[in-house]
Amino acid sequence: MDWITVLLYGIIVFWGWLNIFSVTYEENQFILDPTINSGRQLIFIGSSLAIIMFILIIDMRFYETFAWIIYGAVLLLCIIVVFTGREVGGNQAWLRIGSFGFQPSEFAKFATALVVAKYMGTVGFRMDQLRNQLTLFAIIGAPMLIILLQKDTGTALVFSAFVLVFYREGMSPFLILVGIGVTIIFILTLLVENEYILFGIIGCVWLTLLLLGKKKRKRVTIITLAALMLMGTIKSVDFIFNNVLKEHQQKRIRVLLNPDLDQLGAGYHVYQSKVAIGSGGPYGKGFLKGTQTKLKFVPEQSTDFIFCTIGEEHGWIGSFLVISLFVVLLFRVIFLAERQKSRFARVYGYSVACILFFHFTINIGMTIGLFPVIGIPLPFFSYGGSSLWGFTILLFILLKLDAHRLQVLDRV
Amino acid sequence: MNEGRKEIIQIVFVLVAFVFLLKLFFIQVIDSSYADLADTNAIRKDILYPVRGLILDRNGKLIVYNNPEYDLLIILKEVDYLDSARFCQVFDITRDELNKGFKSLYTDIRNRRASELQPTPFIKQLSNRDFAKIQDHIDEFQGFYIQARTTRAYSSTAMANAIGYVSEITRNQLENDSSNFYRQGDYIGQSGLEAYYETYLRGTRGVRYQLRNKDGIIKGPYKGGRYDTLSVPGQDLYTTIDLDLQEYGEYLLNGKSGSIIAIEPATGEILAMVSGPSYDPTLLTGRNYSSNFMLISNDTNKPLFNRPLMAQYRPGSIFKIAQSMVALQEGVITQGTRIPCNRSIIDCHGEHSNEDLRGAITHSCNPYFYNVLRRMLNQGVSNNPYEDTRIGLAEWDKHMSSFGLGRPLGIDLPNEKGGLVPSPEYYDRAYGGRPWKFSNIYSLAIGEGENLVVPLQMANFVSIIANRGYYYTPHLVRSVGKTGLPLPQYQEKHLTSIDSAHFRVAVEAMERVVESGTGQFRAKLKDIIVCGKTGTVQNDPLPDHSVFIAFAPKNDPRIAVSVYVENAGQGARAAASIASLMIEKYLIGETGRPIIEEYVLRGQFLY
Repeated sequence: MDWITVLLYGIIVFWGWLNIFSVTYEENQFILDPTINSGRQLIFIGSSLAIIMFILIIDMRFYETFAWIIYGAVLLLCIIVVFTGREVGGNQAWLRIGSFGFQPSEFAKFATALVVAKYMGTVGFRMDQLRNQLTLFAIIGAPMLIILLQKDTGTALVFSAFVLVFYREGMSPFLILVGIGVTIIFILTLLVENEYILFGIIGCVWLTLLLLGKKKRKRVTIITLAALMLMGTIKSVDFIFNNVLKEHQQKRIRVLLNPDLDQLGAGYHVYQSKVAIGSGGPYGKGFLKGTQTKLKFVPEQSTDFIFCTIGEEHGWIGSFLVISLFVVLLFRVIFLAERQKSRFARVYGYSVACILFFHFTINIGMTIGLFPVIGIPLPFFSYGGSSLWGFTILLFILLKLDAHRLQVLDRV
Repeated sequence: MNEGRKEIIQIVFVLVAFVFLLKLFFIQVIDSSYADLADTNAIRKDILYPVRGLILDRNGKLIVYNNPEYDLLIILKEVDYLDSARFCQVFDITRDELNKGFKSLYTDIRNRRASELQPTPFIKQLSNRDFAKIQDHIDEFQGFYIQARTTRAYSSTAMANAIGYVSEITRNQLENDSSNFYRQGDYIGQSGLEAYYETYLRGTRGVRYQLRNKDGIIKGPYKGGRYDTLSVPGQDLYTTIDLDLQEYGEYLLNGKSGSIIAIEPATGEILAMVSGPSYDPTLLTGRNYSSNFMLISNDTNKPLFNRPLMAQYRPGSIFKIAQSMVALQEGVITQGTRIPCNRSIIDCHGEHSNEDLRGAITHSCNPYFYNVLRRMLNQGVSNNPYEDTRIGLAEWDKHMSSFGLGRPLGIDLPNEKGGLVPSPEYYDRAYGGRPWKFSNIYSLAIGEGENLVVPLQMANFVSIIANRGYYYTPHLVRSVGKTGLPLPQYQEKHLTSIDSAHFRVAVEAMERVVESGTGQFRAKLKDIIVCGKTGTVQNDPLPDHSVFIAFAPKNDPRIAVSVYVENAGQGARAAASIASLMIEKYLIGETGRPIIEEYVLRGQFLY
């Protein structure tokens, strides 16, 4: 049992809990009061402990054996939610049981990780075979699609984190680079007003490539074609943006790309978040003394924007500590993943790391205006039962597998 | 192949963390503006509602203007503690109402239709008087603010239908607003001139952003007012209406159902347009709008129904004038054509037996016009009587159309009806494919039949006669804003298909009606030659409608009138009296025949 990870988990969860309390803090409030968020979070934490017990007791072979069933069940729940889900905050991702709601999509994360790991762990799997690659993309594509139907774009995007896992297991970086490239082109097209500047850049690159490399006809054709295709894409993106999208959709995208825009309308969220964080200074205003968070200027504070509390109350020092904690956790998870003897466990470990990394990056990036506002929580930190359980299960399955890593050799 | 990949991933992790820490360092340590901003952080957005354009009469008298109105806004975040008893006392509401208000506010916030950080209306439409009462006490209630806006006020109860009313924009209208101009809570003209000229009257909303600190105290403009915009008042409408004449008409039509329309023939400007029964427009403003609207719209007398534009009647004997014109133009009769009054084909009344055209019009001889129409429709173009009638009717239609009949004229009000001038296709449908000819449709001749006209069309019609052959589309607004011009479509002269010379007969006949015919007792004025025509529209089983059209003076006419009084019996009585009183009032300035006036006022013909 890797107690370092458990310790890290405990610290993060506890600190998160304190911050949630701070968000809703008012005079004379009792931190354990179950009607406010901190009280509820404690219940979630308690139940997480129960879940941890459960995970550790079950035979470790359970996870690999039942991976597909778990995956299927969770996806089914997600589909059900599409039709019966209660609409909360713009998406339809919540399932209600009595007075109690939970989000199946949070469970889709570890379920998909299990299945990806299992699939990649099967005998005869080869990363460079097209058939295997397509299956992998289908495995992460299915939950992505269903969650998109729930109108929860943020959570759907989480599944793209698996691409890093594939990379580690041998997938050619070409695909990743193309994906990144396309995204950059898309963003640039919308950011740069005058498309001729982009054309100019492409032209220069084309010329450079032409002059520097071999003058083989095939290479020249490919490069030229690529350049033309790029320009065509740019032109069509512009066209679609200006002529097909409606005014308010255009506005939303512009704000996505330039969070400082429209501070009073769509950019309000990020503006307030940065003000809260920025006002913390180097040392913070002190625990429970965050004026911005206290006065509720930052929306979604207990959940997606919980990092604001850290920034405001604990300053840069606090931010540094939290970020470091997460980095250490990520490194530890990778370390655990690498020391696994079975491919299944290793891939699962990397999945854990990448999923956590994705959340960490987008969530904090969101609060400081580096990423567009899409709603995903900060793992273990944000308020929320489904999210805490989901991540707890995600992490502790790995710990369980790790605890028995030497027993893998018994199975043949 | 996998070597180094682990390291690359680790590097990516560290890189991201590093970038974040860098940005955070910049925001938190280096840039100190955030600390300041945090203190004065909240931005309060005030909407500056524009003043709606005024509506004035042709002499510059105010008909519709604006009164201040106040909304009580709440910023829930700032409401720390509320002394409900005191609040109810100051604002004059019950505890129940207060609780209901908060409950719906919470619901709206939960549904994200309101924000607890931004001002939201809590009590709407406080009057000037309410405002005076609470103004001194508003500071007692932290988190509550007053927003000023305007509501419509009316200097007279006249013309409620034509002016229309203004109310808050509905969800449906918001969804269908493709220009994205309107926001929830905006007022919009819902009917009448308020609706037709909405885009001119409404002005433009302004906005003001101010910095507000956490105690709710305004610290100054946000970014120096860079994002602020002033509100732009709406444009005023200078109408063609003569308010005195209009009010007189409403006075005369009291207790009756019907319409009075007076037009200045040379320009098409509408001097008065009365729809009875009507309602007090002030009822549809202010806090009681909804309950009053229910009452008014459920009234069986239909006060919201704008009769001059929407009521469709059979034209009655007035139509004979139109028939005459068309027949003269087509050459099937001349002024001197005499036709015996053969009461066996169709009934008639009055002392006459063999009139010429002028006489036939004056005495409203039915057999005469029966024959006129027959000659008109069956001109022998085809040997087949059915075919011949079709051809004749098609020609007849074209002429009638040029009089502005059978289609909406295009007045600057919404919901204008067009009446009906039956076409051959119409009869094809009506007879279900079976053949028809003149003997099936002869009641058209005397204005009873499938024709339908709208009082406005009749007023326009008599304008045409007054002008001897042309009209300008009747309209209510002579100048939009300061342009001094009405909308372009009202500057266009429309010629009928009838030569100007043919109108002389009609004019003389109408003069005779008032001088010595059915109109002489009530319509004749001293010193002014009035030309008119009575009409009685059958309305079984209720009494006939009383109709009269007239213009004066005969030469250089300045006013043309059409009067419809429902269920008032023969046109010579109620309608003619009203028409001549209106003419007298307009041309002379006052009325000098109290007996006639008395007669009209006493008549209460509502059923």
